[in-house]
Amino acid sequence: MESMLNVTNLSISFGGLRAVSGFNLDIKKGQLYGLIGPNGAGKTTVFNLLTGVYKPDEGIIKLDGKDITGGKTIDINKAGIARTFQNIRLFSQMSVLDNVKVGLHNHHHYNTIEGILRLPRYRKVEKEMDEQAMELLKVFELQDHADYLASNLPYGQQRKLEIARALATDPKLLLLDEPAAGMNPNETQELMDTIRFVRDKFDMTILLIEHDMKLVSGICEELTVLNFGKVLVQGVTSDVLNDPQVITAYLGE
Amino acid sequence: MKKMKINKTTKNNLITYGMVLAVYLLVELFIAGGKVSSLMQGLLVPLCVYVILAVSLNLVVGILGELSLGHAGFMCVGAFSSAFFSKCMNGVMPDGLRFFCALLIGAAVAALFGFIIGIPVLRLKGDYLAIVTLAFGEIIKNLINVFFIGRDADGFHFSMKDSISLKLQEGGEIIMNGPQGINGTPHDSTFTIGIILVLLTLFIVLNLVHSRDGRAIMSIRDNRIAAESVGINITKYKLMAFIISAALAGTAGVLYAHNLATLTALPKNFGYNQSIMILVFVVLGGIGNIRGSVIAAVVLTLLPELLRGLNDYRMLIYAIVLIVMMLLNWSPKALELRERYSPKRLLAKRKEAKEAK
Repeated sequence: MESMLNVTNLSISFGGLRAVSGFNLDIKKGQLYGLIGPNGAGKTTVFNLLTGVYKPDEGIIKLDGKDITGGKTIDINKAGIARTFQNIRLFSQMSVLDNVKVGLHNHHHYNTIEGILRLPRYRKVEKEMDEQAMELLKVFELQDHADYLASNLPYGQQRKLEIARALATDPKLLLLDEPAAGMNPNETQELMDTIRFVRDKFDMTILLIEHDMKLVSGICEELTVLNFGKVLVQGVTSDVLNDPQVITAYLGE
Repeated sequence: MKKMKINKTTKNNLITYGMVLAVYLLVELFIAGGKVSSLMQGLLVPLCVYVILAVSLNLVVGILGELSLGHAGFMCVGAFSSAFFSKCMNGVMPDGLRFFCALLIGAAVAALFGFIIGIPVLRLKGDYLAIVTLAFGEIIKNLINVFFIGRDADGFHFSMKDSISLKLQEGGEIIMNGPQGINGTPHDSTFTIGIILVLLTLFIVLNLVHSRDGRAIMSIRDNRIAAESVGINITKYKLMAFIISAALAGTAGVLYAHNLATLTALPKNFGYNQSIMILVFVVLGGIGNIRGSVIAAVVLTLLPELLRGLNDYRMLIYAIVLIVMMLLNWSPKALELRERYSPKRLLAKRKEAKEAK
């Protein structure tokens, strides 16, 4: 299978701290891939490197064969990586529908004048955006809350809205940063179904960071374990989770 | 019967426009009936000026979410550039066309300043941005006080020293006279034009907010990092909000300049006090609430005049009203009360009671 994301020798230091060093990763198209590791292992830093929030000191990031190393966040999004955040970052004072429509921003165009004067193109494009956004909301069963302020949604639905917004940018690769954080077992179960559904429906490649081992073992096909900024083990989920090194890293000697 | 479907935002916008129009018609009616004192009539154009300023500042403070304290500076730029143009062109062009051009020039020059200042300044955030924009406003005001421009048969003369060093020939005319400002700007502003400009400002800002660009601007306000992650160009949209806001403030400046015989840049009209006054309108009306800005600007501009009879206590009462408005507007208890006694709810209750019978 073709590779969707290929990372070689990715490294970054903050002052004297080598937060990520020599990180390698290869994710195939359509794969559900997990990135795990103890707190402070550098997982979110990897996400920030992949999405251009930080510029790597060394290494190459290739998305679908295209080199995107060191690109700006918005260019990387346009190239096809969308993400969610560990601490939910919604546009809290905007409606649920508008949150998704911001995600659609770069795929639907009319200029400022057309927008202010409400010219026919404005109406046409806005209608398309509304329809597309509603469709996405339906996937996450949020369609009845389209007019709510995003901040008024319950926690679990905020997480879903964040995924919907990320999908609206029409990515090739979706990065989920601890999607199950703060969820109860029922919500986690539901989230697992949603993630699988997203992968199948949108033909998406997904890389996720997660601490919830039930979720990880339930849906991830392959795993990379990160410890102190370095790759500890990489491979098929069941093998990795039974690896003595991993157990040591998590539970200590 | 086919039911017209109007969505909520359109309805809200129509209410705002309707309010402005209703006030306009009422005032015109009272003027025709001779019920409005000349003092009050003199307030009508400034009222429009402040409404435009408040609405345009709300675009930066409420919609973009950045604190700008240089709004009077943009107004000042618009006022002087347009007054300069009008004075030069007085008698050359038909009055209507000249004022129209003056409006365009005032808006364009203010927008240009918004652009020039926006590029470096918008890298700053919060308090830092507020302080730098405040300084900008002061710089503009002080710069204008040292400009001397005159015109004679040879063309324009320019100096930053005094009017004598312009060395004008006989028959030459001083257009801009440093601290004495611009004298004899044609009196073009009327209440009707003011209201048209208010409606235009509302139209631009409200429609912008509910468009693709407006959503991008608000997404930056709500979460800059997330906005970037979904591909929103932060610099572009910050600048866009800043420039449109500056252009509208410039328009307010044009209206202001063409309402006065003598235009001078004093701390009173273009200083930071003025900028803060505009910010007070925005904050009291509700940050991000466009209709609120209009109401707050009108009430707070009229109040000092209405209280004139109370002499010494005037400003004291004004200050107390400010505090009370602030408390009543936003305290949770007040919100709850308003919710409970809102006309909409009372109507719904009555309907319910009827149906129960």
